Amino acid sequence: MHTQTIAQLAAGLREKKFSSRELTQHFLKRIDAHDGALNSYVTITAERALKQADAADAVIAAGNAGLLTGIPIGQKDIFCTQGVRTACGSKMLDTFIAPYDATIVEKLDAAGMVMLGKLNMDEFAMGSSNETSFYGPVCNPWDKTRVPGGSSGGSVACVAAGLAPVATATDTGGSIRQPAALTNLTGIKPTYGRVSRYGMIAFASSLDQAGVVARSAEDAAQVLQAMSGFDPKDSTSVERPVDDLVSGLNTSIRGLTIGLPKEYFADGMSAGVRERIEQAIATLTKLGANFKEISLPNSPLSVPTYYVVAPAEASSNLARFDGVRYGHRAEGAKSLEELYKRSRGEGFGAEVQRRIMIGTYVLSHGYYDAYYLQAQKVRRLIYDDFKRAFADGIDLVLSPTATDVAFKFGENSDDPVAMYLNDIYTIAANLAGIPAMSLPCGFVDGLPTGFQLMGNFFAEARMLNVAHQYQQATDFHTKWPTEYAS
Amino acid sequence: MIIPAGWEAVIGLEVHCQLSTQSKIFSGSAIAYGAEPNSQASPIDLGMPGMLPVLNVDAVKKAVTFGLSVGAKIADRSVFARKHYFYPDLPKGYQISQYELPIVYEGLLDIELEDGSTKRIGITRAHLEEDAGKSVHEGFQKSSGIDLNRAGTPLIEIVSEPDLRTAQEAVAYLKKLHQLVVYLGICDGNMQEGSFRCDANVSVRKIGAPKFGTRTETKNVNSFRYVEKAIEYEIERQIEVIEAGGTIRQETRLFNPDTGETKAMRSKEDANDYRYFPDPDLLPVVCTQDYIDAIRKSLPELPEAKRARFVAEFGLSDYDAKTLTSSRELASYYEAVVAASGAEAKLCANWVATDLLGALNKMSKGIEESPITAEAFAALLKRIADKTINGKIAKDVFEAMVAGEGSADEIIKAKGLVQVTDESAIIAAIDDVIAKNPQQLADYRGGKDKLYGFFVGQAMKATQGKANPDALNRLLKERLAG
Repeated sequence: MHTQTIAQLAAGLREKKFSSRELTQHFLKRIDAHDGALNSYVTITAERALKQADAADAVIAAGNAGLLTGIPIGQKDIFCTQGVRTACGSKMLDTFIAPYDATIVEKLDAAGMVMLGKLNMDEFAMGSSNETSFYGPVCNPWDKTRVPGGSSGGSVACVAAGLAPVATATDTGGSIRQPAALTNLTGIKPTYGRVSRYGMIAFASSLDQAGVVARSAEDAAQVLQAMSGFDPKDSTSVERPVDDLVSGLNTSIRGLTIGLPKEYFADGMSAGVRERIEQAIATLTKLGANFKEISLPNSPLSVPTYYVVAPAEASSNLARFDGVRYGHRAEGAKSLEELYKRSRGEGFGAEVQRRIMIGTYVLSHGYYDAYYLQAQKVRRLIYDDFKRAFADGIDLVLSPTATDVAFKFGENSDDPVAMYLNDIYTIAANLAGIPAMSLPCGFVDGLPTGFQLMGNFFAEARMLNVAHQYQQATDFHTKWPTEYAS
Repeated sequence: MIIPAGWEAVIGLEVHCQLSTQSKIFSGSAIAYGAEPNSQASPIDLGMPGMLPVLNVDAVKKAVTFGLSVGAKIADRSVFARKHYFYPDLPKGYQISQYELPIVYEGLLDIELEDGSTKRIGITRAHLEEDAGKSVHEGFQKSSGIDLNRAGTPLIEIVSEPDLRTAQEAVAYLKKLHQLVVYLGICDGNMQEGSFRCDANVSVRKIGAPKFGTRTETKNVNSFRYVEKAIEYEIERQIEVIEAGGTIRQETRLFNPDTGETKAMRSKEDANDYRYFPDPDLLPVVCTQDYIDAIRKSLPELPEAKRARFVAEFGLSDYDAKTLTSSRELASYYEAVVAASGAEAKLCANWVATDLLGALNKMSKGIEESPITAEAFAALLKRIADKTINGKIAKDVFEAMVAGEGSADEIIKAKGLVQVTDESAIIAAIDDVIAKNPQQLADYRGGKDKLYGFFVGQAMKATQGKANPDALNRLLKERLAG
């Protein structure tokens, strides 16, 4: 059952080939069998899941099922879930149980989906390898000596290994797309403001956006459809009807113009990745797409800009974790200052502390103009590059997602700058607020790789259409890591 | 206090004014004062993970209302910023405020000085922000409690230009501002409950000095009297320090109402670096011209305009007009009395300003708690106007009304207080008094004019005070003249 698409599972449920309870139990069993080695779940909510499955079975029996009714899903542990711990990969929130659900949790519950559990992630979503989690690293199902990417490492590992049909994830600088590329999955980060941030623990508020990792563009479209929409509880969510992401998947892409930014194809990616991407371009050309070289001249500034803006917002967003009202609280503090220092020193890991320090520095009196303000100006220029390209008749932009295939544990963890460069292709979309996705395009030495599509604001439907057409013409996304196929 | 010759004080005030909205500025929690601790604190107010602020548009409307009332500019785009510091009653580790782009800027307020002249005080800006919670240090052993009911209460911080020169000017400015925000209905003005709080920036310099001296900021002075005392103390202290050869440190000070002194709290060096930056969770506040115009149209008549109108329309003295326009409720009450009684506006003014306010004062009640409604009060004045009772009897009726004995007409009827206007009855009473007091009559006619009052009193007494005073006077004079 775990190798079926969401549409197949939905049909199976509708045709009573299996119940949602059976489907849920199947995944819970697989989690039990395989997750000890992978570490993709930090909390398994079996009881809650079976209750939801039974409710879904009743809805199905009554003939009221929607496409997602009774389909299991894993939730990244960054989304608050009422009554279930939400730790965000941090010791700071190891005991935190929110008295509310995130809007997307509410929406997916309402769609009838069954939450299997909460997924491991880099601490507060800060990382590109899932090595910063308080709950330990997550293994890449394609090679357990390698990282799954980050920060949504648990989300991709569980879907790639068939421990959930689909999972939610978040993306601040590539945290959906890079891990998707490293685990042969399709991951989409929609336009900033398309999915509510209410109840999603903030890393960098102006960049954070929730999305999906799935085994196909079609699966991703179906779940993203249910997550999207205006939310009056999030002032930055956009009051605009949600496009139909599913009905246009089979539209021909003939005549579509895809831009290839020359800056993204300069040095940087490995030869193997380059080869796979050139092959993907050839496939899309065969499907009728036209390619055109474009320039996004400010894109080389993405990484430095991001590493000013994101830590600045993070240093502010994480100020609330002070040990006073909830979360980790140091024992035996003799003064208020000691309580703060020790609670935060003990509760946050090294990478989080590093970013809080960078963020505090760039917002400090006397440095603000040189760093934060300057970064915001460059951010505008990066956005203007895309705007110009889209105004010049480019429908979508294609680029690599990651420089290389998954790296080994520990390979980059002593060198933060090398680690930060993992995000080089993905960050610009967050800075510009545009939607972007990654999809599989083959293997290099048996390890998966992917390419990225970026679109104009609210071009999710078009992007998913191109991805789906590509996946109709290729079978990379249907490949499984041998150990988990059966 | 008199500032020593050659010295001058420079004062600017920052006033925190709680907006009387139904709910908090960024959450739906209520903001009622005095509720059970933390019973009005939602996950948003507690700064829980993943919670997001949503702006209360009523707070924006009230801030714009204030701005328009002081002739200020309203920013077409203002921006919320985060102001960071760690304190247990600040749940998010930052306060959402406005920094570079406040919603209101460049306003002014005319204040009246003791000599009757007016002085124009600049208002630099007024920005929207959220209040912090409260730390509670009593009743806990070796620890403190935190009450977050107040966290997120909408405030406007109104910053004046350093245009004030004496503590008295500062108090006049504060009182004017207080009256204004209460008039506008944007703040309940309750200083004990902290709805209207003030920080005072004070420096001194030699008159004619080109630059301002170093200033201190005295925090949270919560009554007009304390503001006056705190500023006077600071002026005196600073002059003493400088005259003794010392220098003033830029610092924050706290006023102690028990000693009347201010004490250093923290110096500039210890001050927080607030690391302001625009709050990415909130969109800029956009005020269109149409929006601003609509609020302008709904502005109530402001105290000064009302006062001028009372003088022009009702023929009141400036003093009476000022008294009767001191609050919007009192002014409305007065106008309702005039309209309903048909009595002379000046008579109504005397009665409301003297008798009614006097009685309310004794009961420590405000006009809105008056035991006599404007309609009931008008009914009393109507009886004076139509000569059913005279002014003296009216005082008794008024007392009875205050005591809750009924309406004016009920009391007049029950006590048989209808004025005697039948001249034959008055003449009979006068003749009786004259007949009973031959000696006094002889003295009066012999030139002792003062005895006239005696006859008035006796005649009035004989009619149980009910004689129409005009008629009584006229007839008494005739009869005494023989």
